[in-house]
Amino acid sequence: MEKILEILKENARTPVEQIARRLGRDEEMVRQQIRKLEDDRIILGYRAVLDPEKSGDELVMAIIEVRLTPQRDTGFDAIAQRIHKFPEVKTCYLMSGDYDLHVMVEGRSLREVAAFVSERLATIEHVSGTATHFILKKYKEFGVTIHESERMTRLAVSP
Amino acid sequence: MSPSHRSSSTTRAHRLNETLVALPPSGIREFFELVIAMDDIISLGVGEPDFVTPWNVREYAMFTLERGDTSYTSNKGILALRREIAGYMAHRFGVTYDPENEVLVTVGASQGLDLSMRAILNPGDEAIVIEPSYVAYKPMVALAGGVPVVVTLRYENNFRLDLAELRAAVTPRTRAILLNYPSNPTGGTFTKEECRHIAALAEEYDLILISDEIYAEMTYDQEHYCMADQPGARDRTIVLNGFSKAFAMTGWRMGFAAGPADLIAGMTKIFQYSMLSAPIMSQNAAIEALRKRHQNVPHMVETFNQRRRLFVEGLRAIGIDCHMPEGAFYAYPCIRKFGLSSREFCTRLLKEERIAVVPGTAFGPAGEGFVRCAYAAGFQELEQALEGMKNLIGRL
Repeated sequence: MEKILEILKENARTPVEQIARRLGRDEEMVRQQIRKLEDDRIILGYRAVLDPEKSGDELVMAIIEVRLTPQRDTGFDAIAQRIHKFPEVKTCYLMSGDYDLHVMVEGRSLREVAAFVSERLATIEHVSGTATHFILKKYKEFGVTIHESERMTRLAVSP
Repeated sequence: MSPSHRSSSTTRAHRLNETLVALPPSGIREFFELVIAMDDIISLGVGEPDFVTPWNVREYAMFTLERGDTSYTSNKGILALRREIAGYMAHRFGVTYDPENEVLVTVGASQGLDLSMRAILNPGDEAIVIEPSYVAYKPMVALAGGVPVVVTLRYENNFRLDLAELRAAVTPRTRAILLNYPSNPTGGTFTKEECRHIAALAEEYDLILISDEIYAEMTYDQEHYCMADQPGARDRTIVLNGFSKAFAMTGWRMGFAAGPADLIAGMTKIFQYSMLSAPIMSQNAAIEALRKRHQNVPHMVETFNQRRRLFVEGLRAIGIDCHMPEGAFYAYPCIRKFGLSSREFCTRLLKEERIAVVPGTAFGPAGEGFVRCAYAAGFQELEQALEGMKNLIGRL
């Protein structure tokens, strides 16, 4: 299971046949194991990692630091639920340190993101403060280098 | 006739050392020229990982350059590196060496081979080479004044070493046996029992073992048994190893030799006149590579293992016979049944399908009927290569 996950984490599009050969396992068994990983919600989804410049992606992303006042019974969870259910919110983490929630928000423009933060996020009860940081350039996403600067200098044949 | 009237070609012929002139050209060279003239090929012809050196190692080397480490080092190598090497040999392979006088840092394992040959061979001494073998062994023996004596492994025997044949190759002039396991090009390795038998034979005839274990980390279905760890072998074995393969550091040219103090002292003596010291930046990088090896090596080895299964199973699925390699990153399939020589097979595969693999004959005449495929390539490339091979054999 672990090795299948490692392969899929590296490339979710690896064909089942290839996974089976790489691990020296039966193809049908690998297919079933992947299905089980999906059914058990260990694998939650698959998505493409894009170069935003080349994909013509005009979306604006911001990281919002959110400060909360924790609640007696539910701690941060109830407020985090309210926040992460907005479709604009792409990522939502509870953090240690200076602030509580690390929220990544996506919008069509700077104005749209700013409006979402001031009108929807900051106004939620128990949110005590926000700080917005717009992303200017991405160098690496999910372990993938976006502008590959390394080249392979290997010869074509060597002993 | 005065010297100035001699034809220049005659003069030229005498300018080179006789032993060198007598050496056959590298079997890989001619094929290399053919490959280099083409672009856009998938190459399974490279004896080199397709990983760039891990970033922590490169970053540390830059740091040491910024710090100003640009000098010569001790002939034997930086002591801190020799200590790391001794620790590595002890923890990983179970053999203890004194970093002060039993470890020599070399410029690649290749230089360790050269130094060890020159250190132990007298003119006319014989050294046993097991073929198919890495291209350098026989020339290195010859250039050191020795005589290479070949023991041939056979496909029918799964490329296993026949100890009776090894014994039969020993003569009163035999000085050393050169070993390379896991092997380039066959991917075969030795079991513990085979290691013990070889060590016992060496002891019986008082031979030196030069054991090139550069692919030791890439041993897949069993342990790697270091030759020096076999009973009676430690003080007659020079272990050659290095950073090129499992540490993905080919271009840094970093290797080492570990062995009994007298042999290492002999090698060091040649080294101090011919090389002074290995490059300091590479030595520093090697220190970092060893200290952080648990971060980098297992992941790369696992990747090679997956490629091995994918590629060899893939070969079998398209009808090419191949034994399962036990180590290194080479598959050595048999192409006899297609009615082409190794060279013809490789040339057609290159020209018709733009895939480079190396003719088995580059590794000795015993390689006729085989090709060496380095599966140090991406999974996609391996699958494309298999597809191309399938296309070619479909036309044969």
